[in-house]
Amino acid sequence: MATTVEEHSTSLRKDDLIEMYWTMLLARRLDERAWVLHRQGRIAFHISGIGHEAAQVGAAFALRRGVDWVVPYYRDLAMILSLGLTPREFALSIMGKKGDPSSGGRQMPSHWSLRRANVVSHSAPVATQTTHAVGIALGIKMTGDDAVAITSIGEGSTAQGEWYEGVNWAAIHHLPVIFLVENNMYAISVRQEQQMAVRHVADKAAGLGLPGVSVDGMDILKVHEAVSEAASRARAGEGPTLVEAKVYRLTPHSSDDDDRSYRSREEVAEWRARDPLDRFAAQLLDQRHLAPEAVAEMDARARQEVDEAIQFAESALYPEVSEGAYPVYAEDIPHA
Amino acid sequence: MPEITLIEGLRQAMDEELARDERVFIVGEDVGPRGGVFRATQGLFEKYGAGRVIDSPLAELSIVGVGIGAALYGMRPICEIQFADFIYPALNQIINEAAKICYRSAGEWTVPMVIRAPYGGGIGGGLYHSQSVETLFCHVPGLKVVIPSTPYDAKGLLKSAVRDPNPVLVFEPKKGYRLIKGEVPEGEGELVPLGQARITRQGSDLSVIAYGMMHYYCLQAAEAVARDGIEVEVVDLRTLKPLDKQAILSSIKKTGKVLIVHEDNLTGGFGAEIAAILADEAFTDLDAPIRRLAGPDVPAVPYSHPLQSWFMPDAEKIAAAMRDLAAY
Repeated sequence: MATTVEEHSTSLRKDDLIEMYWTMLLARRLDERAWVLHRQGRIAFHISGIGHEAAQVGAAFALRRGVDWVVPYYRDLAMILSLGLTPREFALSIMGKKGDPSSGGRQMPSHWSLRRANVVSHSAPVATQTTHAVGIALGIKMTGDDAVAITSIGEGSTAQGEWYEGVNWAAIHHLPVIFLVENNMYAISVRQEQQMAVRHVADKAAGLGLPGVSVDGMDILKVHEAVSEAASRARAGEGPTLVEAKVYRLTPHSSDDDDRSYRSREEVAEWRARDPLDRFAAQLLDQRHLAPEAVAEMDARARQEVDEAIQFAESALYPEVSEGAYPVYAEDIPHA
Repeated sequence: MPEITLIEGLRQAMDEELARDERVFIVGEDVGPRGGVFRATQGLFEKYGAGRVIDSPLAELSIVGVGIGAALYGMRPICEIQFADFIYPALNQIINEAAKICYRSAGEWTVPMVIRAPYGGGIGGGLYHSQSVETLFCHVPGLKVVIPSTPYDAKGLLKSAVRDPNPVLVFEPKKGYRLIKGEVPEGEGELVPLGQARITRQGSDLSVIAYGMMHYYCLQAAEAVARDGIEVEVVDLRTLKPLDKQAILSSIKKTGKVLIVHEDNLTGGFGAEIAAILADEAFTDLDAPIRRLAGPDVPAVPYSHPLQSWFMPDAEKIAAAMRDLAAY
């Protein structure tokens, strides 16, 4: 059953809803273009967030952007766009060009960092970011700052000891942190049933002593509501919350994956019919927040922005080779 | 000047840094009311409270991972790993995260944190309370590695490590915690800069390069062979990474012979790196082969007393190696 805008998230104004849709749309068009660029041999790697956009944008809009701290994972393009990453910056990063704000061309694409938006650098080994978010939340609590930390992760990665250690610590100390799990049912090729014996990742929360909620991650308003509640709890000193957003990855894991070996085309088609972008557009149209012409106009604008960003990045410079030597230590930073 | 133990030097360093900077905090297993299993943090919980001297869950990875997060937020964590042998669960956080965050973010993020751990054998600790793990971390760009061998250096180096803007590992010779005593000025202690070795004994016949507990034994051995007329110059590295190459090269230029001593296993130990540097940069200064005295290549230090003694380099074995090299 479709969720109506009125039923949920009364804090969201019409302008917010349209901005949320715009961010999802922009993320989708950038992501699609990255796949094309990879197949054309113009970038070396892409890891996709198509199907996760509602969960990510819904969560991001529940935060106070620039105040709260975000420790993401590699599928979070739509989340990072919500927090202020520009299409040009994304284009620079996938091409490994100078000016890539996450790493200056050092990390593979989609390994985010955006200091100006409190988005913390993360790595590729999964669940390493969980304890960082907990440490940030510890810092928030120690300083008495009015902020919340959120960290995202896939469901497969919640099998890691690192994840349990982090969540356990946060629960013990009632730290202001939200553990967002984007459950897309697959850890590359391995289904959830072979990653955990529980039906919902949120069920794990009970054993660790914090509340866990599971929501339809293809419904942006449901995610926004759940993360808003978790943020309120954190700000009120009530501690961490585990929020599971059930989504579906509509593409292979990465540009190097072939998902035909582990899931049927029928299954993918079934989920594609529940595409979160189409679903949110339908809600906005139904509620008359957007007219069909406006949706078409936004799509044309998104495609144009993507074109412009890719052109910009293609003409941008690569890092100087000498930049490879820096900055290993903080003392090197003026040279970077 | 009062004489204090090495562990008291460490305790004073933490006390002073906690008092100086409210961003500094201690986190680890049993560091709170218990004051640490070796008592390195004794009295600090009572003085600074549970908010700044935090008993962690019994999970080493989280001690380091949470420390990294706090450092990213702007805090200055001092993480205690109860024994260096237990640091392995945290390697992913130390090597993949702490060491790489500055580089991978092009300097947007740094990790100013200290990880302290008692290391080394000779205390009946067996395989898992005796290990020397320093060389693993010396291989990793982005980390600094400090090993004090005197109370003065323990205090001054730890204070510098807390103020350093990078992840710094401080490995503490646990056998020397109370055995090694020395004069340390009262009051606000002096800083000992990272990255500087110290010549702790002047000599002209050969140079010995060591750190931690082995430095203590090297001084004893040097006194013993001096009675036979062999004058040994002793170099205490103090910081392994970044290495004070100049101090080593200068000493070898003077003596022409070098013995490197560590209790870590021989193969791939820190002595191998020093030997490679000397072969490359001091070839014409050498009058004898570069010698290494190190722990044998067995998995770790055995528990039984004679087996432990067989494993550990000590003043007697070091003196024999010195005499052998002097005669070359």
